[in-house]
Amino acid sequence: MTAPNWLKIERRPVASGRTVFIVSVSAILAALLVAAIFFAAYGVSPIYAYYLILRGALGSSHGFSETIRRMIPLLLCGVGLTVAFRALFWNIGAEGQILMGAIAASGVALFAGLPGPLLLIAMFIAGFLAGASWGLIPAALKAKLGLNDVITTLMLNYVAMYLVLWLVHGPWKGASMRGYAYTDMFPNAAQLPTIGSTSIHWPTLMLGFIAAVVMYILVNRTRSGFEIRVVGENPEASRFAGISQFKTTMLVMFISGGLAGFAGVGEVAGIYHRLLDPSQISMGYGFTAIIVAWLARKNPLAVIVTSFFFGILMAGGDVIKIQLRLPFQLINVFNGLIMFFLIGSELLMRYKISIRRR
Amino acid sequence: MGWETWIIATLSRTLAYGTPLLIATLGEIFAERAGVLNLGVEGMMIMGAYSGFVIAYTTGHPWLGLLVAGVVGAVFSIIHAFVSVTLKANQVVSGLALTMLGLGLAGVLGRGWEGLPLFTPIRKITVPVLSNIPVLGPILFKGQNLVVYLTMLLVPVLWYVLFRTRVGISIRAVGESPATADSLGINVTRVRYLCVIFGGFLAGAAGGYLSVAYRPSWTQGMTGGMGWIVIALTIFAFWNPIYGLLGSYLFAALYHLSFRLQAWVSPELLKAMPYLFAILVLIFVAQGTLKKKMGAPAALSVPYTRGEE
Repeated sequence: MTAPNWLKIERRPVASGRTVFIVSVSAILAALLVAAIFFAAYGVSPIYAYYLILRGALGSSHGFSETIRRMIPLLLCGVGLTVAFRALFWNIGAEGQILMGAIAASGVALFAGLPGPLLLIAMFIAGFLAGASWGLIPAALKAKLGLNDVITTLMLNYVAMYLVLWLVHGPWKGASMRGYAYTDMFPNAAQLPTIGSTSIHWPTLMLGFIAAVVMYILVNRTRSGFEIRVVGENPEASRFAGISQFKTTMLVMFISGGLAGFAGVGEVAGIYHRLLDPSQISMGYGFTAIIVAWLARKNPLAVIVTSFFFGILMAGGDVIKIQLRLPFQLINVFNGLIMFFLIGSELLMRYKISIRRR
Repeated sequence: MGWETWIIATLSRTLAYGTPLLIATLGEIFAERAGVLNLGVEGMMIMGAYSGFVIAYTTGHPWLGLLVAGVVGAVFSIIHAFVSVTLKANQVVSGLALTMLGLGLAGVLGRGWEGLPLFTPIRKITVPVLSNIPVLGPILFKGQNLVVYLTMLLVPVLWYVLFRTRVGISIRAVGESPATADSLGINVTRVRYLCVIFGGFLAGAAGGYLSVAYRPSWTQGMTGGMGWIVIALTIFAFWNPIYGLLGSYLFAALYHLSFRLQAWVSPELLKAMPYLFAILVLIFVAQGTLKKKMGAPAALSVPYTRGEE
C-alpha cells in the first residue's frame, strides 16, 4: 500500500472496543447521510424524515411496540448468526429457518390437541427442531461434501417459502377462510400472551435475551465455544488440534437454525395466530439479521443493541410508507448502504492511521 | 400433443430461459476466475432489468435498453470491486449488500413503471431456410431472438480468451496466485476490477434480457432468485464457459420439464423445484471425480495485499 509519507499506517493487532464502537457508529451515520439523498430526491427534507422515523418508532407506545415486535425475530436470528459466523459458516438461510419454525409450530397448534401451557411449550420445541433441521442440511452438505454454504442456505429459503405457500393454499388451508390463503386460527392455548394491548409477545422476547446471554457464555467460556472460534479463525490449526469440523459445523447450525425457528414460532403464535403468506410471516428478518450480527461484531450480547436499532429502522419503514408515502423498499436501500459502510470501515479497524510527527 | 411437438416446445423454451442464466454465469465465471466472488448478481440483474425496461420503453429501442442494462450492471459492480478489492473487505458480505441495495433501489425507482407493456421488445425471428430443417429447425431457428444466438457465440469467444490468450493467463494467474502474478508484473488490482466490471456488465445485460426480450415488462422481483442460481451454475461449470453453457441449458430444461408435472404436483411445490435442482446439481458435482482436477480458483474470495501471504 502506498501512502503519502506524512501518513503513518500500522497494522493493529486487535482493535479496542472504543475504536470498534466509534467506527461502527460513524459507518451508520455515513450510510444515513448517503440515504438522505433519496429523501431529498423525493422532495422530503432528510432531517424531517429521520425525525419522523425516530418519532414513529419510539415516540408513542404503538411505535415502540412495533419496534420491539421487529426486534424479537432480529434478536433471535442475529444471536444465532453470530455463532454461525464465528465458525465461518455463512448462514444466509435464517429466512427459511424462520419459516420452518413457523410451519412446525402451526402444525402442533392446529393438530396436536395438547392441553393448556403444554401446547405452547411443544410449539416452541417443534419450531426449534424444525429450524435446526433446516439448518443442519446445509451444515452436513458443507462438512461432508464441501458444498458452498451460501448457496445451499439460500436455495433452502426458497424451498421453505414454497412449502409454506403450498400448505396455506393446499392441505392446511383453513375451512373458515374462504378465498384467503390462511390456515384456521390457532386455539387460544396456542396464542402467546402480549404486554397489554401491544403486540410485544414477551415470552419470545425473553427467549431472545436468554439466548443472547447463553450464547455469549457458550462462545466465550466453554470448550465448544473455543472450538467454534478455532474452526472459524484458523481451520488449519483446528485440524491439528483434533477438533472435529463436522461436529462444530453441525453444532453452530443446530443453534443458528433453531433460534431462527424460535423466531418463526414467535411470529405465528405471538402476532398472526395462524400460518399465512411467507412474506408476512417474515419481512426479510433473516436477511436483516445478517447485518444485525455483523454490526454486533459477532458478539451475541451486542446483538441486543443492534437488533433494537434495526427494529427502529424497520418500524421506521412503516412511517416512510404511510406518512411520507414513499416506497418501503427504501429500507432495503438503507440496509445495503449500512452494510457497505460497515464492511468498508473495517479497514480502519485493522489499520491504525495517524499523522506522522517530526 | 405429439412427442415431436412436445420435445420441440420444451427445448425451444429451454434456450429462451437458459439464455439469461448463461449470460450472467459467463460474467460471474470471469469475476471468480480473477479471484473475486460476487454474490451481488441478483442485485445487478434486477437493476439491469429495471433500467433496460425504462430505456426501451422511453426510447422505443430495446437494444439500447439492453446496452444500458449492461452499463448499469457494470457501474453497480464497481461498488463491489471497490469494497472487496481496494478496501479488502469480506466479499460474501459485500456481495449480499450489493444484492440488497439493488433489490431496494430497483424497488424504489421502479414504482410507477410496473405493469406497463413494452410495445417494442427485442423481436423473435425466424431464420429463413434453416428453420425448415426437421426438429432442429423449429427449436433453434424459429421464435428465438438474436440475443440467444449472440450468447451462444460469446461462449467459445470467452473460452478462447480465458484459456488461449495472454489476457486469460493473467486473469487465471490473478485468481490462482495473486502474489506470483504480481511478481510477474501483472497489475492484480486492475485485473480484478476489470473482471468484476465485466461480470457486472453481463449480469446487468442478463437482467435487461428478461425485461426487454424474455418477458417484455417490468415487475418487482422479476429476477426471482435467478442471480443465486447463477452462483450455483458457476460452480457447476467448473469456472469454464463451455460447461457454463451446458449447465445453463440443462438447468433450464429441468426447470421446464418440472412444469410438465403440473397434472400431478401442485404448482407451489413445482416452483420450489429449481432451487432443489441447484442443490442436487452441486451434490452431483461434489461427488464427481472431476472435482480434484478442476477446482475453484485457489485465491477465490481472498483479498490481496502485497507482501502479505
